[in-house]
Amino acid sequence: MSRPGRNGRPRWLLSLAGGVIAFVFLAPYLIMAVGSFKTRSEILRVPPTYFPTEWHPENYINMWSTPETPLPYNLTSTIIISVSATILALLVAMPAAYYTARQNFPGRLIFLLLVLVTQMLQPTVLAAGLFRQFLTLGINDTWLAMILVNAAFNLSFAVWIMHSFFSGVPKEIEEAAALDGASRLQTLRRVTLPLVWPGIVTAVIFTFVAAWNEFAASLVILTTAENQPLSVALTKFVGQYQTSWQYVFGVSLVGIIPVVALFALIERRLVAGLTAGGVK
Amino acid sequence: MPAGKRSRSVVAALPWIGPALLLIFTIVLFPAGYMVWTSLRDVSEFGVDRGPAGLENYAKLLEFSALPRVLLNTAVWVVGVVTLTILISLALAQLLDKAFPGRRLVRLAVIVPWASSVVMTSIVFYYGLDPFYGVINRLLVDVGILAEPYGFTKNAVPAFAVSMAIAVFVSLPFTTYTLLAGLQSISHDVLEAAQVDGAGPARTYFEVILPNLRPALAVAAIINIINVFNSLPILRTITGSIPGYDADTTTTLIFKYIQAERQVDTASALSIVNFALVLVIILVYLRVVRPMRED
Repeated sequence: MSRPGRNGRPRWLLSLAGGVIAFVFLAPYLIMAVGSFKTRSEILRVPPTYFPTEWHPENYINMWSTPETPLPYNLTSTIIISVSATILALLVAMPAAYYTARQNFPGRLIFLLLVLVTQMLQPTVLAAGLFRQFLTLGINDTWLAMILVNAAFNLSFAVWIMHSFFSGVPKEIEEAAALDGASRLQTLRRVTLPLVWPGIVTAVIFTFVAAWNEFAASLVILTTAENQPLSVALTKFVGQYQTSWQYVFGVSLVGIIPVVALFALIERRLVAGLTAGGVK
Repeated sequence: MPAGKRSRSVVAALPWIGPALLLIFTIVLFPAGYMVWTSLRDVSEFGVDRGPAGLENYAKLLEFSALPRVLLNTAVWVVGVVTLTILISLALAQLLDKAFPGRRLVRLAVIVPWASSVVMTSIVFYYGLDPFYGVINRLLVDVGILAEPYGFTKNAVPAFAVSMAIAVFVSLPFTTYTLLAGLQSISHDVLEAAQVDGAGPARTYFEVILPNLRPALAVAAIINIINVFNSLPILRTITGSIPGYDADTTTTLIFKYIQAERQVDTASALSIVNFALVLVIILVYLRVVRPMRED
């Protein structure tokens, strides 16, 4: 479709720029990867070494049974909370985004403003209030509490981004489909959804990653070590003195790799959804 | 329009927006209300409510001597990080929208900081910039940028600057992808029409692409303003061990009030002020940029 190189810029130059950008974005994680194979005495050595004098892959075994935190449980918590919160947020946000983009009703603007306002009230700001509320409800220190928190606080982003994409679909296309005899649901599925697919994908990715990375509310609400996600568990490694950086980095990579792998799946669908989105 | 039809349409909207309303009210608005209430109470450091305090907690904030510095920091933090993030992301999105060998790999690399916990990313920068055992410091010395290792994370101003750089770094992927989705939703027909009409790359960009990007830019800007304003883990990791308030924003100050000072009531008051500040920034933004204008 596109004709690269038409205005004289060779594609290898784009690839080179892309390579430099990729390296910059990966650099901190390369530091983690290399550091995770060092011994503790080497990672605290002055001056530091770039690469381990001896590689210690057994760090990846030893770090799972450390006194600081039960890491297998932490990984499980992270996955369960993020997946459940993403599904809940999507189920709740999509109808709201579609309806507010398509229908005018009394209170529509108030609803949209309310959604925007909730985005400003992040768990970071409300941590104390949330803790007190869940304590009263008796669901403090449960996955359910954090699933609700992550779904609720990412809801506004999901609604806004999908609202913006739904609004971008010209009404004329839907009206034409209706004129051709398509039902409202058929129009939604065959005409509107393919066009707003990039928005839905963006919402899913954003919600999942935000839930995966959530820190402030989890820190306050999940008090049992087994219930805590990796983001909270990792801070326990960071001592005042003589930190076991090699374990912190090893666990960080284990926390990063599943998300990157999941994104690879979503990214492929993002591209496919986009090529199917042409107006013809 | 007859009154009956209007009220019927509210009822018709409920199945669509009802679940969202329920979640918002129970998980966001209720604790927010609880915090407003707390900000008007006198709460002991052990959490005991000692009765109404009026606006005492807010007055305490105004008397706080480091407040001007914290407010200045907050302004520099939000404006600096969001502006840099959007400008860099516009360029990145433009590049990633083009076809070139390896583009998929570059895209995957760009999302890694986004996929990673901000806590984890901040920790590795904190380690790397350590003046004694940090590898980034050693690299800067080895390539000749620094004469000797520098304690980036030891003093307020450089540590704050480092934190801003990390904040831009972790904000770029989301922003770039939002703008990229916007770019890719622009119809090829429109771009081809511009080419047929003889518009050069610059003219096509400013007169066709940018106007079509407006909804995506609006979402990116608003979400970034809010996220950057409420960002905690970066400054806490990088500047958390620096005494005083020279590297604090209003958000990190809230947590100092909760944890170090054990003043939940004052922290609640500051949270309310914080929220009001975001609201003002967003309203000014909506007023000036009018991103949601429907043509």
